[in-house]
Amino acid sequence: MLRDFCMSRQAKPLEYYSDPLPDVDIARLQGKLIVIEGPDSVGRSTQVQFLRDWLEERGYAVANTGMARSPLTKTGIREAMNGHTLGPLTMGLFYMADFADRLENIIIPSLRAGFVVLTDRYFFSVVARAVARSQNSEWLERVAGFALVPHATFYLRAEVEEVLARVVRGQHYFDYWESGMDVPYGDSLYKSFVGYQSKLIEVLDSMAESYDFTVVDANRPPEAIFDELRAQIERLLVD
Amino acid sequence: MVQFRPNRYAGKLIIVEGIDGSGKSTQLSLLSRWLRSRGVVVSFSEWNSSPIVKGTTRRGKKKQMFTPTTFSLIHATDFAERLERQILPMLEAGAVVCADRYAYTAFARDVARGVGREWVRNLYRMAVQPDLALLFRVPLYVALKRILGGRAALKYYEAGMDLNLSPDIKESFAKFQQRILEEYDAMTEEVGFHVIDATGTIKKQQEQVREIVKDRIGDALEGDILRHV
Repeated sequence: MLRDFCMSRQAKPLEYYSDPLPDVDIARLQGKLIVIEGPDSVGRSTQVQFLRDWLEERGYAVANTGMARSPLTKTGIREAMNGHTLGPLTMGLFYMADFADRLENIIIPSLRAGFVVLTDRYFFSVVARAVARSQNSEWLERVAGFALVPHATFYLRAEVEEVLARVVRGQHYFDYWESGMDVPYGDSLYKSFVGYQSKLIEVLDSMAESYDFTVVDANRPPEAIFDELRAQIERLLVD
Repeated sequence: MVQFRPNRYAGKLIIVEGIDGSGKSTQLSLLSRWLRSRGVVVSFSEWNSSPIVKGTTRRGKKKQMFTPTTFSLIHATDFAERLERQILPMLEAGAVVCADRYAYTAFARDVARGVGREWVRNLYRMAVQPDLALLFRVPLYVALKRILGGRAALKYYEAGMDLNLSPDIKESFAKFQQRILEEYDAMTEEVGFHVIDATGTIKKQQEQVREIVKDRIGDALEGDILRHV
């Protein structure tokens, strides 16, 4: 299924969703903010790598960042995940802290310097994971009100069967958290993975319109996905 | 306006607030002593004490990595962790939970640091409504005398050094505490604090606190609260 939403792509200044970050000046941000979203194992990081190589060859400076990579929270989140001790509220806020740290220290400075910023997930995944754990999405979306509205968000959308096939053929095991075992969604790791990933896809689908996602059919080989992303981003960079 | 979730459990939540040096921790500790002496099960929760989050807070402070937003979010993460692991389950079990600082500390401190009032109130919508919230109110100079007189060196964030209020750490601390005091005053009516005059003697304040507790949750303390057997 491919749903393509109209996007307004004028070169207008970047804006916050609702709440300005204190002490941060976003008046003269020159770069482009491009988000790659999608469920686990859908091939996001492969596409970020392809895009980075392509953009750099064309002479664009690229910065990339991704969920849970903030120097402030990386260790703490990893330790909590390994100990299987994160409740849904704590998880949502820990990831929001990770997001804020990267937004203020990586994304915004890179945009100021005129880079193309490719981010492997944005706060949308944080909200989706919280909603898949029965949390109030409107609450967490307001928490993320300090986020910048991206120039484009590409939602790599695959059916759960495709995600499942990639995990089975690729990493050969089901991760506890990627299977939503803290909820859980089924009485075996396999069943819970299928149930939880289906829910994540459902939630991301429901966010597509209000957050202006460009939906990209990710049930295809990586090269086909890359061709489509490249064409879309080319148009974006012309503006 | 604050919208916490209601406390639908048998347990009761008592929280204390006030600037550093207001004596709130002393009062809460004396209160829990009294409750325990009456056989009540008391669970104590301190601000910024989650075992899961404290390593991150320590790192951020030590390396001065925090912005107003990440400072606020990490403290909210710490709060959420204590809420999920301790406060909510203990309330469900029927205990009295005594919290030294609560969401209101963030409303005062994070706003003094520059985050939006409405934003931080939304952030703490996850919190449960306290059955009793006490604000220990003390003039700034009294609190400063208590803090600066008897304690080790002030720390960077505690003194609000990230706000560039003054290059002198004591002066920065005083200015920062003044802002926090103003935020507490401004929210008193909104959040329904019981204000205690914290310039009185410790014993007199404690008598007042115990009277308020009897008045507000006395029935529950005599009734279905969890007791030691």
